[in-house]
Amino acid sequence: MSTDPVVEMLSPVPEAVTDRIGLVQYEEEGGFPVEHGYIWTTCAAVENGNPLFWDDDVAAELTDGPIAPPTMLSVWFRPHHWSPGRTEPAVPLQAHFDLKDDLDLPEAIISSNTNTFHDPVRIGDRVRSRQILRSISEPKTTRLGQGRFWTIDVEYLNQNDALLGVESYTAFGYRRPGSDGVNR
Amino acid sequence: MTRLIHGDVAVGDILPELGIEVTATTVVLGALASRDWRPMHHDRDFAINRNGTQDIFLNTPNQAAWFERYLTDWTGATGRLGRMAFRMNTPVFPGDHMVFTATVTGTGVDDAGCGWIDLDVALMVSDVAATTCATRLALPLDDDDNPWARRGDAWRP
Repeated sequence: MSTDPVVEMLSPVPEAVTDRIGLVQYEEEGGFPVEHGYIWTTCAAVENGNPLFWDDDVAAELTDGPIAPPTMLSVWFRPHHWSPGRTEPAVPLQAHFDLKDDLDLPEAIISSNTNTFHDPVRIGDRVRSRQILRSISEPKTTRLGQGRFWTIDVEYLNQNDALLGVESYTAFGYRRPGSDGVNR
Repeated sequence: MTRLIHGDVAVGDILPELGIEVTATTVVLGALASRDWRPMHHDRDFAINRNGTQDIFLNTPNQAAWFERYLTDWTGATGRLGRMAFRMNTPVFPGDHMVFTATVTGTGVDDAGCGWIDLDVALMVSDVAATTCATRLALPLDDDDNPWARRGDAWRP
């Protein structure tokens, strides 16, 4: 048993949460097909002059047509900030926000992230994602506060069920020092 | 057009550095380009008073885009990313001068005949590794090879 009085304030992980480990959750399709405009905006934001993304002849020669930068994988499923009829803000990586709520840890940061890239993402693709909770740690104390680490995989597929990539996120959900330590 | 060949790379090779002055525009443009609307990447008041950080800071997907740009500046368009493992140690804020560095840690050819390079890449701020990125990328073995042409079992990132 921990002797850290603040860590002791963290509730045990509910069984309903541990039961989600390994299950596919939130399988959903991106809100729009992969488009060239976002690719150019992203390349401009980091001054990426790779001709693969700017020169159709190079794209035709190397990749049989235009593709998106591999690191844009997560861009295609991030929800709009607002859409008609929605009353609550949509958030990407919902499994992550579920854990913040379920574990009563109001703050969180992504501490590490591994991306594996498979088939290229092409203009017009409809990218589908699904989230899988992989693990939740015991209580930990860091310079940010007290909380838990968790790991979530996001798998991305296209309209032909081809695997485009996997993003594995490790996050630290925490309570800031001095904040109300009583779980609600 | 740059076209780095697998045989031109050796373990211990050091890539040329890339230095960038980070501004609020760098952070906000990067967040919006990656469709990340969370306020800590554009709202200074939220970042300071809610997140407890000194300012807004670069988001993870945008940092990934910076790493990709840095690496493909070196490889040319035929370089194909296979895997990137990030560790975010400290946030990157407006006013920081970030410097990208990289060292080749491994080279090899897999059973499918694909040429791979492993690198330790870092985003440095004031000589501190704010983010590190262990990267595995494919390079052509010769002038006729194209890693982008690999599909299915021929691509093992």
